[in-house]
Amino acid sequence: MSEVVGHSPSGRQLERMAYRRRQTIRSVVVAAVSTLCVGLLLGLAIVNAPGWDRVQARFFDPQVAWRYLPAILKGLWLNVRLLVFCALGALALGLAIALVRTLRPSVFFPLRVLATSYTYVFRGAPLIIVLYLFVFGVPGLRLQGTPSVLVLGGIALVITYGAYLAEVFRAGIESVHPSQRAAARSLGLTYGQTMRYVVLPQAVRRVAPPILNDLVALQKDVGLISLAGPIDAIRAAQIASIETFDYTPYVVAGVLFVLLAIPLVAVTDAVTVRAARRQSAEGAW
Amino acid sequence: MSEQPPPVLECRSVRKVFRGTAVLDGLNLTVAEHDVVVLIGASGSGKSTLLRCINLLETVDDGDILLDGEEITDPRINADKVRQRIGIVFQAFNLFPHLSVLDNITLAPRRVHKRSKAEAEEQAYAWLDRVGLRSHAREYPDRLSGGQQQRVAIVRALVNNPRLLLLDEVTSALDPQLVGEVLATIRDLREAGTTMIIATHEMSFARRVADRVCFLDGGSIVEEGPPEQVLGDPQLPRTRAFLQQVTSLRDGSPGGTAVPGA
Repeated sequence: MSEVVGHSPSGRQLERMAYRRRQTIRSVVVAAVSTLCVGLLLGLAIVNAPGWDRVQARFFDPQVAWRYLPAILKGLWLNVRLLVFCALGALALGLAIALVRTLRPSVFFPLRVLATSYTYVFRGAPLIIVLYLFVFGVPGLRLQGTPSVLVLGGIALVITYGAYLAEVFRAGIESVHPSQRAAARSLGLTYGQTMRYVVLPQAVRRVAPPILNDLVALQKDVGLISLAGPIDAIRAAQIASIETFDYTPYVVAGVLFVLLAIPLVAVTDAVTVRAARRQSAEGAW
Repeated sequence: MSEQPPPVLECRSVRKVFRGTAVLDGLNLTVAEHDVVVLIGASGSGKSTLLRCINLLETVDDGDILLDGEEITDPRINADKVRQRIGIVFQAFNLFPHLSVLDNITLAPRRVHKRSKAEAEEQAYAWLDRVGLRSHAREYPDRLSGGQQQRVAIVRALVNNPRLLLLDEVTSALDPQLVGEVLATIRDLREAGTTMIIATHEMSFARRVADRVCFLDGGSIVEEGPPEQVLGDPQLPRTRAFLQQVTSLRDGSPGGTAVPGA
């Protein structure tokens, strides 16, 4: 590496830098103008559509939005709480299943079969059907101490998403090179310690983006619990829209869901980038 | 003879088969305390496999391996406990990329040997001083050069005070100018009396550091003895052929002859 400070670039290099700067400015301008044009055209097309006035009144009525915002927010609070519990449950279940599926010794064959069948069944089964089975089927058994519909719906979500997350975790675990396990075991670490201190930290960091992806999907599907009766944001919007013959409450709920997802995505992106930068000289790891 | 303590390591007729090929076939090897044994032989002659069998990373298909007179190939033995007494350093370093240098070194002392964090770190710093890497303690492995990474890997193995240190082609993945610093570290260990088995392609290094050189061919040790004898005046035609091949390949390349500061 040569001296960085005090080096004055040659004339040729100055010319190259000026050229690159011009090119950058040009492409930014082209991109901005074309995006603006397309956006404008789309906007004009929608606003000038024959039915726009009625759509605006039915879907984007500020007064309706404002009136029902508190009720929808209250419903959203249920979504948030449910999301937190379901996410933690699904992460724990997914990790446990992934650990079982990656066990090698033949003693664990029955457990592995069980875990594998679980991921096959619940990745294939439509969430709505699982949800119905749990919230309507389980109470139908009339067992003592059957939990509330909310808890049953939460369990359905955890079981379904646990299956997806298990496969993501498993992919992460298997992506850690066997030489890492060999190194850990050679130091006398047990299988469990090797997993805990060497394999999982690397695996989880690698699959953090897809895990987050599944959690954002979970956040949306938490709204399906409204099918069973509890008043969440979507259910609140539905009630509001029945009262007003107006779809604006749904749009409000939709916007709130998007806003809810943004911090989740941003935080994980930041965490991933920071870990990569800290570990790798090239930032490529 | 029976009055003496058992050797640190004894391999008796060790056999290991991979996909129908006997990589090790009736291999015998005895390593006494403070011995430095160097394994040479062509790629695929079983050097690495032997080291991995000794460390129980592979299970043998026949024969016995004894550590301090205790049969460690017995399936009833606790393999984790055995590995705590044997250190191994790999060709590709195998440092943990998500842990700093310090955490790489203190992981086993803290989690396996249950030392306190302070005690483990103090010990780690003492070792890092010895290999001249104290200032890199908080860095992550990817920021270090290959030679530095390999010295960290050696420290990571040694900090557990193993009875036996296995070095598996520890310089093969290094640039020629980085080989010297790792070899210097190994020579220091020899001076300190560390019992070692070294698999290597560095013949000049083997000559300098070995008490005994073993030539592996066809899954067993076919010739062994002091380095000046095996490397200088080999008895078997195949040993001679191998050495000729190696030296003709290495001639003119800095990797084969350069042991800077040796």
